[in-house]
Parts: sequence; C-alpha cells; structure tokens
Amino acid sequence: MSWMSSEEYANTTSYKLSLLSDTKRRGYKVSVKNLNSWFGSKQALKDINFDVKENTVTALIGPSGCGKTTLIRCLNRMNEMTSSATVKGSVYLDDIDIYASNVDPVIIKRRMGMVFQKPNPFPTMSIYDNVAAGLKLNGIRNKALIREIVEESLKGAVLWDEVKDELGKPGLSLSGGQQQRLCIARALAMQPEVLLMDEPTSALDPIASAKIEELMNELRKELTVIIVTHNMQQAARVSDYTAFMYLGELVEYGPTKQIFENPQKELTERYISGKFG
Amino acid sequence: MIGAAGYTLFMLVLVAASVIEGSMPIFSFEGIGFFFGTDWNPVEGREAYGALPYVVGTLVSSAIAMAIGVPISLGIAVFISEISPPRFGTPIGFIIEILAAIPSIIYGLWALFVFRFWIVDFIERPLYEAFGGTIPLFARTPFGLDIFTAGIVLAIMIIPIISSISREILKAIPNSQREAAYSLGATRWETVWKVLFPYAKAGLLGAAILGLGRAVGETMLVTMVIGNAVGANAIPDTLFSPSQTLSSIIANEFNEAVTVFHSSALIALGAVLFILTMGINVGARLLVSRMVKVTPGAKE
Amino acid sequence: MNNIENNYHHNIDHRKVIQDAIVRQSYKRKIVNRVFTGVTIVCVMLAMIPLGSILFEVVKNGISAISIEFLTQPQGSIIRGGGGVGPAIQGTLLTVGYASLIGVPIGILAGVYLSEYAGNSKFAYTVRFFNSVMTGMPSIVIGIVGYIILVITIGSFNITAGAVALSIIMIPIVVAVTEETLKLVPNSIREAAHSLGIPKWKVTLFITLRSAKNGVLTGIVLAVSRVAGETAPLIMTILGTSLFFQGFVSPVDALPLRIWRFASQPYEHAHSFGWGAALVLIIMVLSLSILLRFLVLEKSFRLGSLVKTRG
Repeated sequence: MSWMSSEEYANTTSYKLSLLSDTKRRGYKVSVKNLNSWFGSKQALKDINFDVKENTVTALIGPSGCGKTTLIRCLNRMNEMTSSATVKGSVYLDDIDIYASNVDPVIIKRRMGMVFQKPNPFPTMSIYDNVAAGLKLNGIRNKALIREIVEESLKGAVLWDEVKDELGKPGLSLSGGQQQRLCIARALAMQPEVLLMDEPTSALDPIASAKIEELMNELRKELTVIIVTHNMQQAARVSDYTAFMYLGELVEYGPTKQIFENPQKELTERYISGKFG
Repeated sequence: MIGAAGYTLFMLVLVAASVIEGSMPIFSFEGIGFFFGTDWNPVEGREAYGALPYVVGTLVSSAIAMAIGVPISLGIAVFISEISPPRFGTPIGFIIEILAAIPSIIYGLWALFVFRFWIVDFIERPLYEAFGGTIPLFARTPFGLDIFTAGIVLAIMIIPIISSISREILKAIPNSQREAAYSLGATRWETVWKVLFPYAKAGLLGAAILGLGRAVGETMLVTMVIGNAVGANAIPDTLFSPSQTLSSIIANEFNEAVTVFHSSALIALGAVLFILTMGINVGARLLVSRMVKVTPGAKE
Repeated sequence: MNNIENNYHHNIDHRKVIQDAIVRQSYKRKIVNRVFTGVTIVCVMLAMIPLGSILFEVVKNGISAISIEFLTQPQGSIIRGGGGVGPAIQGTLLTVGYASLIGVPIGILAGVYLSEYAGNSKFAYTVRFFNSVMTGMPSIVIGIVGYIILVITIGSFNITAGAVALSIIMIPIVVAVTEETLKLVPNSIREAAHSLGIPKWKVTLFITLRSAKNGVLTGIVLAVSRVAGETAPLIMTILGTSLFFQGFVSPVDALPLRIWRFASQPYEHAHSFGWGAALVLIIMVLSLSILLRFLVLEKSFRLGSLVKTRG
C-alpha cells in the first residue's frame, strides 16, 4: 500500500468496485455459497448454501454447537475480529462477495448491523452516546445530524418514549430489555440494510422478549433480519423462513410454515417435535 | 492459623513502628524542618539533615520512569491481549515475566557497565549537542550517571509489572464489548482506544500506580546509576545532573553512619519512603481490585 | 406496543452521509490502525532488548570468572584479586533457607486461614488488603525493621536479622498465592470429604491442601526466587563479609551484596568477579522461575505478575 491521500484512495477502481451495490442482479439480499469454516482442524461449518430475500425475517435454529452462531458471525465478517476461525466460500450481499479482497470490512459492518446474546451497551457512555457511538466512530461530526439519527434510531427500536427525558443517563441504568433495545438502536443508527441478531432474547424475561419480537415485525418492513434462536416457538412466531442446522450442516431450509408443519427431512422433524436437542 | 493471619497484619505494624521509633532522634534534633531542609552534613559537630532533595530526586526519577514505562507497557499489554494470536502472545508474556524475575542488582550492574554508555552515546550526547545551548533541561555535559539514566533503567524495571497487570485487566473485559465495537465497524485501534481503554480506565491507572510504587521504592539499581549527589546538589537542575533518591542514600550511607543522628536521619528517610509508598499502594490496590472483581456487565 | 406509531424509516440521505464518511476516511483509518499495530510491536521489542542484552552480558562477562575456586573459596586480596565468592553463595543459601523456615509456614497458614476459614469477614478483608499492600513495600524499608529490632538489640549484624527481613518480604507472596490456589480447588471435593464425616482440619490438610500442592509450591518458589535477589535489606541486617559463616551473631555474606561491593571497586578483576557472581545468581533465580513454569504452566503467569511489585 503506497502512501496516498484518503481521497485518492477512495477514487481507486478497486475501492469503488467494492462499493457497488445498487443493482440486484441476484435477486436476493444475502446469498451464502459453499461456505466452510474451521476452528483449527475442527470443521464448524460444512458447505452452507442458502439465499435470503429482502424484507424478510430468517431464523437459524438447531441444537447448541450446531454452528448457527458461527454462521451468523461469518455473514458480516465478525468472525475475523473475534475468533480464530478460518473461512472458505462466499457470502454475497446484493451482488458483492463480502470476502473479496477489495472489500472494505467497515462498509460491510455499516450495511449489516449486529445484535448480540447479551445486551452490551458501552458502560462508560450515556444512552445518547451509545446510539451515536457508531456514527462518531465512523467520522460523522455534524451534531445536528447525529441528534436526528439518534432520535430516529431510538424510535425505530421503540425505546424513545421511555428514555427521551434521560438521554444523558448511563446506558447501564436501563433494564435488561431496554438495554437490548438500546443495542438495536445503536445498530440501526448505522442505517443497516441487514440486521443480524444472535439469540437477542436469550438473556431477557418473557415480557421483554415479546417486545423485541414485536419490534422485529416492524423492522422487517425496512430491512432484512436474520436471527439465531434457541427457541423454536420464537422462530415460528417471528420468521418467514427457517434454516435448521445440525453438526455444522444446513439440514433443511424453507418457508417457516413448511419447516414446522411439513418438514422434508426426518432429522428436522425429530428436532421440531422435541425428540432431541 | 488466625495467629499467622494476624502476623501478616502485624508485619505492617512492625514496619511502621520500626521506622517511627528509629527516626525519633532526628525529629528531636531537626524538628519538622527535616522534611524541608536541603543540607546534608554528617560530620559530628556540624550535623545538618534535610530530606527535601531526596524526595525531589525520587519523584523526578520516578516521573521519568513513568513517562517512558507506562506507554511502552500499555503497548505490550495491548499487543499480547488484543493483537497477537496466543501462540505468540504466550511466549512473549513469558519472556516479559523473566524480565521481572531478574534481580534489580543485576539490572544495576548491567546499567552501570553497559547500558549507561548506550544512553550517553545514543540519547544524551545528541540531545546535549543539539539543545544544550538553548534548552536549560539539557545544559550539562552528559556523563551517564544521572537522573535521566536512572529514570530509563527504572522504566525497564517497571515495564514487566505494569504490562502484566494491564494485560490481565484487558483480558478481564468481556468480549461482548469488543464485539459491539467491531460490529459498528471499528478498527482494532479504535476498539482499543475508544472502547477498551475507557472501560478499563481505573484498572489501568491502578496498574500504572503499582509500577510507580515500585519505581519509588527501588534501591540498588538507582544507587548504581544515579550519580549519588548529596544535599542541595541532589536537586537536579538539568536532566543530566546526578541526583539521589530516598532509598539510594539509605543504601549508600547506612553502613557508614557513625553518629546517632546520621543513622536516625537515614531511617527517617525510610519513614518518608514508607509513607509515600503506602499511599501509592493503597490507592493502586483499591483501583485494581475494584476493576478486576467488579466487572460491570449487562444488568439483569 | 401497538399504540406506538412506528415512524421508523431508513432515510436514504443518512445512509449516504454515513457511507461517504466511511469512504472518505477508510484509508486514513487503515493507516492509523497499521501504525498502531506497528507501535505495539515496537513496544514489545523495546522490552526485549534489555533482556537480551542483560543475559548476553552476564553470560559473556561472567563465564570467564567461573571456576571451582570461584565457587568455593573466600575472596582473595582486594587489590590483586583471586579467591572466589564461596561465602556469598553459602550466605545466600543459609539466609534464604532461614527466611523460608520462618516465612513459608506462616505464609501457608495465613493463606489457608483466609481461603478455608475466614470467609468474607472484615478481618479477612483487612488481612487480604494489607497483605497486598505489603507486597509493594520497598525492601529497604523492611531492612530497617531488621536493623531496629534485631541488629540494635543483639549488638551486631547477624543472619537472623537478615532472615526475618527477607521473611517479611516472602510472607505476603506465599499468602496471596496459597489463598488463590486453594480457592481454585472445587468445593465439591471439600463437600464430598465432609459428607464422609471427616473433621475440617483433616479435610483441609489432607485433601484441600494436597490437591492444591502445585499452586502452593509455586508460591514458595516464587517467594524464594524473589528474596534470593534482594540486596537492599541485607545491607542493614547481615552487612556482608569475606568470611564463611561465623555463627549467629556475626555478619554473613550474600551474592547480591557481593555483586554490589565488587561493582563499586575500581579494579578490573573485581568487576569480572561481579559479573561472575551475577551469573551464579541469575542461574539460581532463573532456574527456579523456569522450574516453576514447568511445575504449573498457565497459572503462574498470572500469579507472578500480581505479586512482583516490590521495589
């Protein structure tokens, strides 16, 4: 990498290619092609293939250790930063292979937000600063704009009415469910096109979980949601499509109604009916 | 068994009582002025003792050590805990720990016969030649046995402690914090600087202060390279001036002290050092333990 | 929730502003990130240089001094050289051994008490806290204790004063490590033993302590290697001498003291002896540390860093 100005770099062909996303040749928002992943010599994902339509909710289900968390982390290149897993294969966002060498992982994170198992607001920041964190981190300086996006994102996460008078309070002063919605707002502030949720309700009580589920219903109108869940009822309630995974393989993928009412594979049926897992 | 536990408390009392008892004669002789005096004359009949120059020497050499040692230690801690894969991080941690196991007398020997010439040749003389005429801080022909050398060698000594405690503190930060930052597009540097450091502020400060406590109390190494000035001369007027610390003058003169007041003055310097390090350590321990034991996470 | 009107729409302009900001700064951020990674690597290397140089110089300059005579004989003429550091090696072994006799039992008992009996009482908290504060006490201040209570009262520099001073340095280390390791012993082991009706003291002695043996040993080795290199407190307690052990009320020698004295002499052969003594000391201390590493691999990494805080 030779020394050049940021503007020069932004004008290079390879960088521009990495941003192209307006055409949707493939017709799907996210497509996973032949995705494999290993932890050391242990294979965690085996030849995963599936396509996700825009403005849908897709649930990944399966017993613990089946690879669903590994999979969702591979979808926005989170795996690179937090684990030693190696990845082979492709994940397309619109028509860009996010693992191509000229792709800027920061742009991928902007376009694919993530929410985690446990609420993880930044403890040293206020509610406001938590939502604004991604914007500031990525170089947005315009205060009025930040303010506008923070309000919009908190409204989008249905948290605004509860916190609008105490935006200066620490993020940790909120209840668990509120904290998780704060984290959703933080992800929404980046204006993502896809929201990845890794068991977002597993640490919450049923009432707080119900709120998040309702929220997902609203979010689907604006973006594409992929959710990992332990809870089959939850998958049945919120998702349009369901993928059942077992031992690192994608066993069955299809419309949720079909997976739950008329599974094609025996393994799926056994899991759905609670015979194992 | 309670007795043994009690004894560990008793040791502290023993230390306090001993230094107070031992320094009584000098306080009856010099009074409270002992703390502010700058004279140091052990010749019988003309005796005068003042602690101020050594307090200054201690604080200045430790400040130099902190200025150099803390950033390097944080760099090491971050490298081991955030950047390198474990297969590099673990051996590096091990090597740093060996650095901690080397007795300070050997650091002193090495500094006296080897390292101080590097400092003179590569740092002090170039600085002196470039700025000696214009900046008073460098206006002294460097010789290598001075407060600057002492500060740098102290920095080398405190790096293992500060870096290994900082590393533990960084590792105690829940991974969910890193994930949150990365998922917003933060680079590793931004994650460390904007998320992990603010999160671990108190603990890292505590680690640095523990290092300070060690720098303040370090004896042999300083004795060998600080130049051992006495009295008002021990207050450094440039970076390259010889000086003296509380502990180095005790080590240097203890066995030569003939008069009651001389011994007592040295013990009283020990008392000053005791109070200084007690303050530093109590503060640091409170900070570190708060950080390591109570990890603020999601409230549920 | 249905009564909240959801007016959330992604504003295309916002998306573009953020995307533009990322694109504009992408290169700068990459560079900053690389520079930062480079800086941390430089920090690691900066810490490695002194270690490499110290080990190299000590071996290079020390090896030529080492001989049977050097290891066994007392020092020869100050001006002409000759002889060895026999008394210093003997003195270090004796003083450290003596200190361990005092420090190890007290340290282990206190550690066991804190872990198995004290719980979270105020007394235990106080002991724990001041114990950790004691690990940061400058050793020269501890030397003063030995001087005041044992040298002045006995009327001569002596080995007991040195051993007591060193034991005060050892105890906090042994206490901390013992307590930490005993806490790692799973409670189920204790409960299983208690359910068989074995009295608590027997459980502690034969089951808990036994399963934590390696950790406790770690603490001892750590403390021993720590005090073996101590110099400052010895100046005011055992003084140093060129003679072998003369009895309990005479000065004793020690390697670190001898290195210091050699280094302050103006003679070339004295410096060479200093390096030789340093080599002997470093071998003693580092072989203990490395032994320790093999004894208890991962744990000692942490514990080592927590107790090495003395000046």
